[in-house]
Amino acid sequence: MSLDTVKNATETPDASQPWKELGLKEDEYARIREILGRRPTGAELAMYSVMWSEHCSYKSSKVHLKQFGEKVPENDAMLVGIGENAGVVDVGQGYAVTFKVESHNHPSYIEPYQGAATGVGGIVRDILAMGARPVAVVDPLRFGAADHPDTKRVLPGVVAGIGGYGNCLGLPNIGGEVVFDACYQGNPLVNAGCIGVMKHEDIHLAKASGPGNKVILYGARTGGDGIGGVSVLASETFDAASDSADGTGKPKKRPAVQVGDPFQEKLLIECTLEIFKEKLVAGIQDLGGAGLSCATSELASAGSGGMRVELDTVPLRDATLSPEEILMSESQERMCAIVEPQYVDRFMEICEKWDVIATVIGEVTDGERLEIFWHGEQIVDVPPGTVAHEGPVYHRPYARPEWQDALQADDAGKLPRPQSSEELRAQVLALVSSPNQASKSWVTDQYDRFVQGNTVLSQPEDAGMVRIDEESNLGVAMATDGNGRFAKLDPYTGAQLALAEAYRNVAATGAKPLAISDCLNFGSPEDPGVMWQFAEATRGLADGCLELGTPVTGGNVSLYNQTGDIAIHPTPVVAVLGVIDDVNRRRRWRSRRPASCCTCWATRPRSSAARPGPRSSTTTSAACRPRWTWAARSCSARS
Amino acid sequence: MTTRIGVVTFPGTLDDRDSLRAVRLAGAEPVSLWHRDKDLHQVDAVVLAGGFSYGDYLRAGAISRFSPVMETIIEQAKAGMPVLGICNGFQVLTEAHLLPGAMLRNNHLHFICRDQKLRVENAETAWTGDYAAGQEISVPLKNMDGRYVADERVLDELEAEGRVAFRYVDVNPNGSLRDIAGITNAAGNVVGLMPHPEHAVEPLIGTGRTDGLPFFTSVLKKLVSA
Repeated sequence: MSLDTVKNATETPDASQPWKELGLKEDEYARIREILGRRPTGAELAMYSVMWSEHCSYKSSKVHLKQFGEKVPENDAMLVGIGENAGVVDVGQGYAVTFKVESHNHPSYIEPYQGAATGVGGIVRDILAMGARPVAVVDPLRFGAADHPDTKRVLPGVVAGIGGYGNCLGLPNIGGEVVFDACYQGNPLVNAGCIGVMKHEDIHLAKASGPGNKVILYGARTGGDGIGGVSVLASETFDAASDSADGTGKPKKRPAVQVGDPFQEKLLIECTLEIFKEKLVAGIQDLGGAGLSCATSELASAGSGGMRVELDTVPLRDATLSPEEILMSESQERMCAIVEPQYVDRFMEICEKWDVIATVIGEVTDGERLEIFWHGEQIVDVPPGTVAHEGPVYHRPYARPEWQDALQADDAGKLPRPQSSEELRAQVLALVSSPNQASKSWVTDQYDRFVQGNTVLSQPEDAGMVRIDEESNLGVAMATDGNGRFAKLDPYTGAQLALAEAYRNVAATGAKPLAISDCLNFGSPEDPGVMWQFAEATRGLADGCLELGTPVTGGNVSLYNQTGDIAIHPTPVVAVLGVIDDVNRRRRWRSRRPASCCTCWATRPRSSAARPGPRSSTTTSAACRPRWTWAARSCSARS
Repeated sequence: MTTRIGVVTFPGTLDDRDSLRAVRLAGAEPVSLWHRDKDLHQVDAVVLAGGFSYGDYLRAGAISRFSPVMETIIEQAKAGMPVLGICNGFQVLTEAHLLPGAMLRNNHLHFICRDQKLRVENAETAWTGDYAAGQEISVPLKNMDGRYVADERVLDELEAEGRVAFRYVDVNPNGSLRDIAGITNAAGNVVGLMPHPEHAVEPLIGTGRTDGLPFFTSVLKKLVSA
């Protein structure tokens, strides 16, 4: 195949292009042509297709997510808000903490081990890119029925992947959830969160400014893995017949899943932290979803606008990769830094010390275009903002599902009651043997919770806590919670319940809740009922955050968690971050008498939304619409 | 003069900072050692910390064993310098033939992280003097390849010479032969174990116990009195 240069694209306006196969809609393709004033080259089409995917562009969710920026509570802790790799909050004593929860749902269903492993790797690089040392991870997980054969394929792989990757990075796993529900059978949820710590002055942002500054790609070589991961994999509904297994018995989309190398990531972390320490970078971005397309366009777009990249200088694992594939590859363990020319030698020395490959692939220009060349021929010439930030925005129709009333009316009062001691016995046994109620140590014991020597609280506590300063004993706590069953009954209140539960779990440790990150897992946005759930949940969460005074610092939206017509329960997962000025004052689960009192008040039953069923494995029951605002505050006042 | 204890960082070492902290809490001066540097910077003892050096690729410890720093450590260990290998460090010591035997994948094939009870079988090594023989301690255990194996002759020899330094109590977490958690060389200066004493040095952190601190105070006393 000959190279599709900008010149060629101008000369052959009618050449047919695989926009549909790349996941673009017809009107989106038309808009790209309009922006460029010509047809895109193959490389440009590749970039737009991944960056305009649902996963990267938030095109269906944007209009609702806006609320998190509008309903901002008064809170002077926020240092960096939504839009960067992760939000940053001030935790005092000159420290800043960055944290975020992300999803890696679709890849983890297709290839559980690598999907989950690279989910951990991706969130850790996001945190690292902010300038922080990652200090802990959490993993909220949801699987189908515990006794379903496919759960036996998915769960062990996911848990081993999280452990295999996280343990090898030396990050303590201090929390998360394990929930079983048949609604996640074809769409397990693998969310991964990470906390990072830095001093205020070390905060780094993803922007490329200063013409003449070098663009350095460092870390792993680029391979053919994860091509189209964000578009054709994560931004489409699974089709039960063709995706779960074709004739070979293997999911067809498997090549779209990335393959991780945690050892390489560990080197990348230490190398990057040393580079930060010497203040060698002007801007930095990790490579995750959408790979180089994302890193180059976002860096250029957030900076002065111009960048020139020689794509053929990118170190490859597979020499046969085309420029389009290199731009779309989601090979892991890569970072992209903007470095002033006088620091390049020192930058390279540090990379060499850590055995990390680093290559100058281009430079910041004083123009306004992102220009990419392949052996001297221009294959990309675009305004970077149109790729990175000006993707399509959809006002998707939404409507309250017709079945919602019937679902809400079907309350626990209608369930049969045991009529004999045998029936009562059977019911009690069923309850205590439910996988959702059982101890999760068989999962959490596969994760290292001790490494780094700062873990104050971890499993089986409801919130994890790590010390971040050995002199002052300053610490941070985090809890993640969510309950898809409640959110399905009432998405607005369900999202608030997730927030309230995580907030209480943090407050009950003695830490003061400061801010939140969320991972919003839903079905297809093309279904008005799902879109209504999403709209309600985001509205509920934004209102709840306003009420509690905890801003949303960032997060992730995962849509299309749906197989055929069957969507998962709407599952907003909320991570609350808290700060404690002296970890000696932390409260443990087994001695949490005062807090137990608080949580009693926090869960006064109100039957309309109550419904029996599996709950998340927490001690603070969330079985009802809470009167949490004042209760949680009285709790944190104790700390 | 302050006692200097070095902690080696290989690419992929994870518990180096924890070990440096444990050395400091014990009252010695912690010194970071880099795998490419043959110079031990006048340290009096060395800790090979836990982690996944070189990703455990090929075989745990197999690549680190050839690092420049190991040349000097092997030489010094043979001359009597105290060396402690924790987890991956233990694996490096067996690969370097400073200790006999090898570690295989846990018999249940999973990574395991737990608070592990041990019995100190030998309180006369450079790293165990502050324990009493037969004392039971609890320290975190966390590994994928922790199953200690050696042939019968070596195992019998270790038993006969009192070189089984630690044994798992209550639960054998990985299928180690004869419940062996850690061993020493004949001279008692080189000790390796799979559990992590450096994670049990502060009452607030981890399991809330400080059962691991005597490893570091033991060697300090030994060096000061020498």
